[in-house]
Amino acid sequence: MTGISKEFPGVKALSDVDFRLLPGEVHALMGENGAGKSTLIKVLTGVYDIDQGQITLDGTDVRFSGPLQAQHAGISTVYQEVNLCPNLSVAENIFIGREPRRFGKIQWSQMEKRAAELLKRLQLDIDVSAQLSTYSLAVQQMVAIARAIDISAKVLILDEPTSSLDASEVEQLFRVMRQLKEEGVAILFVTHFLDQVFTISDRITVLRNGRLVGEYITRELSLIDLVGKMIGKELEVLEQLEEQPKPALAALERGQPLIEAQDLGRKGAVAPFNLTIHKGEVVGLAGLLGSGRTEVARLIYGADKADQGQLLVDGKPVAMRGPRSAMGHDIAFCSENRRTEGLIEELTVRENIILAMQAVRGWTRPIPRRRQDELVDKYIKALDIRPANPEAIVRNLSGGNQQKVLLARWLITEPRLLILDEPTRGIDIGAKTEIQRLVAALSDGGMAVLFVSAELEEVLRLSHKIAVLRDRHLIAELANDDEVDADRIMETIASGARA
Amino acid sequence: MTTITRLAKHRLFWPVAILVVLLLSNLIFTPSFFKVEVRDGHLYGSLIDILRFGAPLILVALGMTLVIATGGIDLSVGSVVAICGALACWRISEQGDQNSVGGVLVAVVLALGLALLLGLWNGFLVAGIGIQPIIATLILMVAGRGLAQLITDGQIITINSSPYKEIGAGYLLTFPVPVLIAIVVIVVAVLLTRRTALGMLVESVGGNAEASRLAGIRSRRIKLMAYMFAALCAGIAGLMISSNVSSADGNNAGLWYELDAILAVVIGGTLLTGGRFSIGGTVIGALIIQTLTTTIYTIGVPPETTLLVKALVVTVVCLIQSPSFREKVFKGRRQRPPTPSAPTAEAPAKVEVPA
Repeated sequence: MTGISKEFPGVKALSDVDFRLLPGEVHALMGENGAGKSTLIKVLTGVYDIDQGQITLDGTDVRFSGPLQAQHAGISTVYQEVNLCPNLSVAENIFIGREPRRFGKIQWSQMEKRAAELLKRLQLDIDVSAQLSTYSLAVQQMVAIARAIDISAKVLILDEPTSSLDASEVEQLFRVMRQLKEEGVAILFVTHFLDQVFTISDRITVLRNGRLVGEYITRELSLIDLVGKMIGKELEVLEQLEEQPKPALAALERGQPLIEAQDLGRKGAVAPFNLTIHKGEVVGLAGLLGSGRTEVARLIYGADKADQGQLLVDGKPVAMRGPRSAMGHDIAFCSENRRTEGLIEELTVRENIILAMQAVRGWTRPIPRRRQDELVDKYIKALDIRPANPEAIVRNLSGGNQQKVLLARWLITEPRLLILDEPTRGIDIGAKTEIQRLVAALSDGGMAVLFVSAELEEVLRLSHKIAVLRDRHLIAELANDDEVDADRIMETIASGARA
Repeated sequence: MTTITRLAKHRLFWPVAILVVLLLSNLIFTPSFFKVEVRDGHLYGSLIDILRFGAPLILVALGMTLVIATGGIDLSVGSVVAICGALACWRISEQGDQNSVGGVLVAVVLALGLALLLGLWNGFLVAGIGIQPIIATLILMVAGRGLAQLITDGQIITINSSPYKEIGAGYLLTFPVPVLIAIVVIVVAVLLTRRTALGMLVESVGGNAEASRLAGIRSRRIKLMAYMFAALCAGIAGLMISSNVSSADGNNAGLWYELDAILAVVIGGTLLTGGRFSIGGTVIGALIIQTLTTTIYTIGVPPETTLLVKALVVTVVCLIQSPSFREKVFKGRRQRPPTPSAPTAEAPAKVEVPA
C-alpha cells in the first residue's frame, strides 16, 4: 500500500501512509486509539474506499469495492468481537455461505469432516457439531481464524484477537500464528498489548494521528522506543508512570471497614468469599480470565444477587436488592463492558454523565440544566474528555474517552466506594495513564476503590491490597508491600494456596 | 447552500418535506384545498378536516412513541380504542337522560380509568413478567376485541347524547374540540418528557436496558408508565371516534389503528429499536398518514384499491426517509469523479446524519 489517504468529514483519518506486508511474516500495526489502525485495516479489506493512493497485491494493482472482493483476492479478517453465529455449530460457522453441497443438499458429514480437519491443523480437537456458544472465547477465536484461512490464505488480519483471552489461550493463538507464518501466510496483527507484539511479531509499523511514523524490525526496537514512537512527545508521561511508587501502606488509616463482605457468594458465579475495603483503600482483584474477578465486583454492587452471605456497610448488614440499594450506600460500579453494560451510546456525553445521578433523584426531579452544564463541564475538563463537547454523541467517541464519560457518570455521584472493572481495557496508553493517576488521586482523597484488571502491573501499581482469585475462589489476600510483585502473584495463582 | 444543507440535516426535515409535498399535490385535484373559512362560527376546510380526523391517530401515535422509545411496542391500542368507546357509550346508553353532563363525565372517567387499567396490564406483562412486548400486547389486541363485544353485547350501541357528541364533533371558539384535545395532550406529553427527566430515562432504557439498570434506573416503572400512557391516549382516541359517530362498534372501531400509529412513529424518525424519540416527528408522521387517507378519498381512488395506493405511497415515504437509500440514489446519479482528489471536496455531502 503506498500513499494511502482517507478522509472523513472533519477528520483526516489517514494521510499518505505507506504500508507493506510480506508473506510469511507477522507484522504488528501499532498506534494509539485514533491513530488510523482500524481505518487502514478497513481500507485494506475493502470496507472503505480510498481517496488517494494505491494498493498492490502480489505485484498487481487492486481496488476493492467491498469486503467480499477483498476476501476473494485472499485477504481475510478476524475482528476483535468474534463475528460468528453463537447458536450455530462450529462446522456450520466455518462453512456458512459456502457449505459443501450436492444437488442443492448440504452434505453435513463432509462438512463436519472438513471442519474437524481444518481445526486439527490449528491443533484444536473439538466436537465440530456442537454449538459454538458452548466453547470459550479462545476457541471461538480459533474457529474464526479457521474460517478465515479456509476461505483464503494469503493475508490474515487479526484485529485485537487477544483482548479477551487469558495467558494460556494467547499462547495457543500464537502457536497457530507461528504455524500459519511458516506456511507463508502474511499476518497483520493489531493489539494494545505491547509485550505480545515483541513475542510474536517480526516487524512493526507505527501510525500516529493518521500518519506513518515508521516501519521497524521488532528485535531492533526496545519497548520504550516503541511507546515513544506511538505517543510522540508524551514520552515523559510513560516515564512518570514507571517511576510512580507503590501506594504507601502506612498512610492508610484502618478503622471501621467501609465495606465488608462476609461469605458472600453466588452459585455458578463465585464461591463464598470474605473481603474488607477501608476508606481510601485501593483493593486490586487479580486472577486469570474467568477466575471470578468480575463476579466478585458484580456481587458487591448487587448487579447480580448474592444467594449466600451478607454485605456490611459501615459495620451494619445491608439488604442488597440491586444497583439501586448499592447506590444508596454510595457504591458506584463501572462495568467491564462499557458499550453493552455501561454507556447509552446514542445519548450525548452530558446525558450519559448525569444519568446515574438523575436516576437516583427520580424522573420527577430533573437536575436543572444549569447544574447539569456545570457538572458536565467540570468533569469534561477534569478528565480531559475529547471532544470537549457535552452534546457529542457517545457512540462517536474513542474508547478511552468513552471510559472517561462512564467514570464521570459515577464520580458526580460522589461515591464512597468506586468499583472499576477493567477500566483500562482496550484504551490507549495515554488514557490508561490518566485513569491510573485518577485512581491514585481519588484514593488519596479518601475514596475506596475496588480495582479489577487483567494487567497485573496495573494492579500492583495502584493497589494497597490485592485479592487473588482462582477458579472462582478468592484464594489469597496480599498486602501490597515491597515483597509482592507480579511473579509472586502468579505463583500464588499457580500454587492455589489459600491464605 | 449551507443553510439548505443544514436544514436538510435536521431530524424533521424529511417528514416535513413529505407532508408539504403531499399537501401541495392535493392542489392539483382540489384547487380550493388550502382554503380555510369560518362558517357558522366554525372553521371549515380540507386542512381542518385533516386535523380533525387525524386527532385520534395523533393521540394513539403519541402513546406509541413512548412505548417504542422504551424498546417495546403496543399492538393493543386499536382494541383499547374500541373498548373505551364501547364502555363510554354503554354507560351513557344506560342513563335515563343521555344529555346529562354529569352522566357523560362519569362515563368518560370510567372509560379512561379502564384504559389506564389496560395499560397497567400490558405494562405488567412486559415489565413485571418479562414477556416480549409484541407477544404481551398481542394478547390484549385479540382479547380486547372480545372484551369490547362483551360490553356492547355484540351489538353496535347507538346513543343520542349532545354533551358526549362534543368530544369528537364539537367546536370550541371556532376550533374543533378533538384538535384542541390533541393539542393539549401533545403539550402535556412534551412537558412530561422534556421538562422532567422522563424523556431521557425512557431513551436510556430503550437505548440500553442493562446499562440503564446498572446506572440505577427503575426501568420497570418507566416501562409501566409508557404502556399506561399509550393506553390512556388510545382511550381518549376511542372516546373521540365513538363520539364522532355517536355509536360504539366493538368490531371495527380503531381497527388497524396500531399499524397506522406504528407507521406514524417510524415516519416521524423514532427507531423501532428504541432509544431516541421525537414527539414532533410523530405528530407530523400521523398528519402524513391522515393527509394520505384524505387525499386518496378526495381524488377518487376506487375504494377497492385504496389500500394498495396507500401502501405504495407509504413505501415511497419510508424509502425517502432512509438515509442509506437516499445515499444510494444520490451516488448512482452522480458520476464517480475521475481524478482522485475530487471526492474530498464532496465527501461531506455523502455523510449520513446520525438520527
